[in-house]
Amino acid sequence: MEALGIWNYWVVVLLMMIGLYAVIARDHLVKKLIGLGMFQVAVIMFYVSMGKVTGGTAPIIPEDVPAEGVLYSNPLPHVLMLTAIVVGVATLAVGLALVVRIREAYGTVEEDELQRMNGAGS
Amino acid sequence: MSEHLSALIVVLPLLAAPVCLLLRQPTLVRIWTSLVAWTCLILAWTLLGRVETGGTISYSMGGWDPPLGIEYRLDALNAYLLVIVTAIASVVFPSGTILTGTSLPEGRQHLYFAALLLCLAGLLGISSTGDLFNVFVFVEITSLSSYTLISLGKDRRALTAAFSYLVMGTIGGTFLLLGIGFLYQVTGTLNMQDLAVRLPDLLQSRTVLAGFAFLMVGGSIKLAVFPLHQWLPNAYTHAPSAVSAFIAATATKVSYYLLARVIFTIFGAAFVFDALHLHWLLLPLALMAMFAGSLAAVFQTDLKRLLAYSSIAQIGYMILGLCMASEAGLTGGIVHLFNHALMKGGLFLAVASIVMRTGSSSVAGISGLGRKMPITMAAMVVGGLSLIGVPGTAGFVSKWYLVVGALERGWHFVGILILLSSLIAVVYVWRLVEAAYFGEPEHEVCDVPWNCWLPTWILIGGTLVFGFWTEVTVGGAAAAARAILGVTP
Repeated sequence: MEALGIWNYWVVVLLMMIGLYAVIARDHLVKKLIGLGMFQVAVIMFYVSMGKVTGGTAPIIPEDVPAEGVLYSNPLPHVLMLTAIVVGVATLAVGLALVVRIREAYGTVEEDELQRMNGAGS
Repeated sequence: MSEHLSALIVVLPLLAAPVCLLLRQPTLVRIWTSLVAWTCLILAWTLLGRVETGGTISYSMGGWDPPLGIEYRLDALNAYLLVIVTAIASVVFPSGTILTGTSLPEGRQHLYFAALLLCLAGLLGISSTGDLFNVFVFVEITSLSSYTLISLGKDRRALTAAFSYLVMGTIGGTFLLLGIGFLYQVTGTLNMQDLAVRLPDLLQSRTVLAGFAFLMVGGSIKLAVFPLHQWLPNAYTHAPSAVSAFIAATATKVSYYLLARVIFTIFGAAFVFDALHLHWLLLPLALMAMFAGSLAAVFQTDLKRLLAYSSIAQIGYMILGLCMASEAGLTGGIVHLFNHALMKGGLFLAVASIVMRTGSSSVAGISGLGRKMPITMAAMVVGGLSLIGVPGTAGFVSKWYLVVGALERGWHFVGILILLSSLIAVVYVWRLVEAAYFGEPEHEVCDVPWNCWLPTWILIGGTLVFGFWTEVTVGGAAAAARAILGVTP
């Protein structure tokens, strides 16, 4: 049962696989992007849960309370994830912009139709 | 001031990109982009000189000392790579063909140059940082700007190519992030040097192994190692011609550097090759890339797609150098990185000139162009000879070192396979020569103006010069190989 104790990792794995499945199996480009987003969010969750220290409190040191003896959670993974969230949003924005342009150029956003219109050679 | 150079080289193009949006006027923006690229080249050259004389340069970003702060660490390998990337940028950005094959309307072109500068900033960032998370951020900066650049191709297929690249690239980038997370979880540090100190005691941990696997797969997607290369041919084919030249000559090289850094600096060759035997996985993949890439190139009807498949084969050669994990092998891999950047950059620029004049990049379309566009086609032929590895060209030098490295390790069959796959390159280069010089001209065109053929010839001329004068390229690569292997000369 030890493996079930780290349930946060199971959540991450599950989310990641759902996202990856959507990217691979869906034909609609926007759905693919949603899957990609879930894939990235799973990694963000992984980092955030990694920073949690059992019994730890928010890593803020008030002026009047001494910092010694207090257990803090690790703030670094959270800070890293701020950057990763920005990256994810930027990727989503570029991806959606591409979908809009694809829709303008082809009149469809279904991958199988796009492939047919591109011809077998590409 | 001068101690800030290693940060300046990344910050300069990053800050210069938004300035493009303020300048707007097309000519001004083009001059500005070129100036930035040239300044970066001068900075990179200065840094290389400093590394050669003074050894590794460590720079603490914002005054925060490593391992807590972000460290920019330049050794012989980084500095060498910085020179390659900035040199290609300085040649490609001012080229007269820079806008060939773009779908941008008049008045929006400054955005294209901004994206080029961002891409350059990202590439330089990956090359100079010593912090793993920082690597991820710069990888994403590079990737996002290259998706944009690729989508700007004239053909609508550029859009779908860019989208597939976006999906593949994001999965690759996320894998990198996950790998970095695993390593951080175990070691509590993100600094590469610090990781290298802490990891040897933890190599039995399954988390570290998983982290290593994710880093390798993520890096391999970005490098387009066979069989993870699916995004590359479409992306290179449909991107604007100059973008193909720039990305083909720099982005894959930087990803190669990343893999080398992860393998040799962070994990160490002893773990990767002696304990994990990674070369028995990478070696067959590299050999398959050499043959599959070259064979696929033979059957292409589009010049850019042909060059893209040839790139996959050339990446195979570089990976081969990585697998050998010896000084000769790595020198060969790194020299090939330099030489391939020169010849592929030059060849794609030559194709850009052809597209500019004939409007298409089909192999049939260059029929008889040997007489109509002699300067461009001559560059194409020399570049092709260098791809084959004919003595007297740069391609020969790198293949020589790779064969020497293979024989040194006792892998005689690999040496033979390198030569055999070069013979396939003869076939696809010959197809170009045959079409260009023995076909009947279809287009009534004249050669391109000097600002288009000169950049092509600077790179192609480079392959000739460095085919004989190997002091700088091989010397620099050998120093880089020693630096990364931790061998003192």
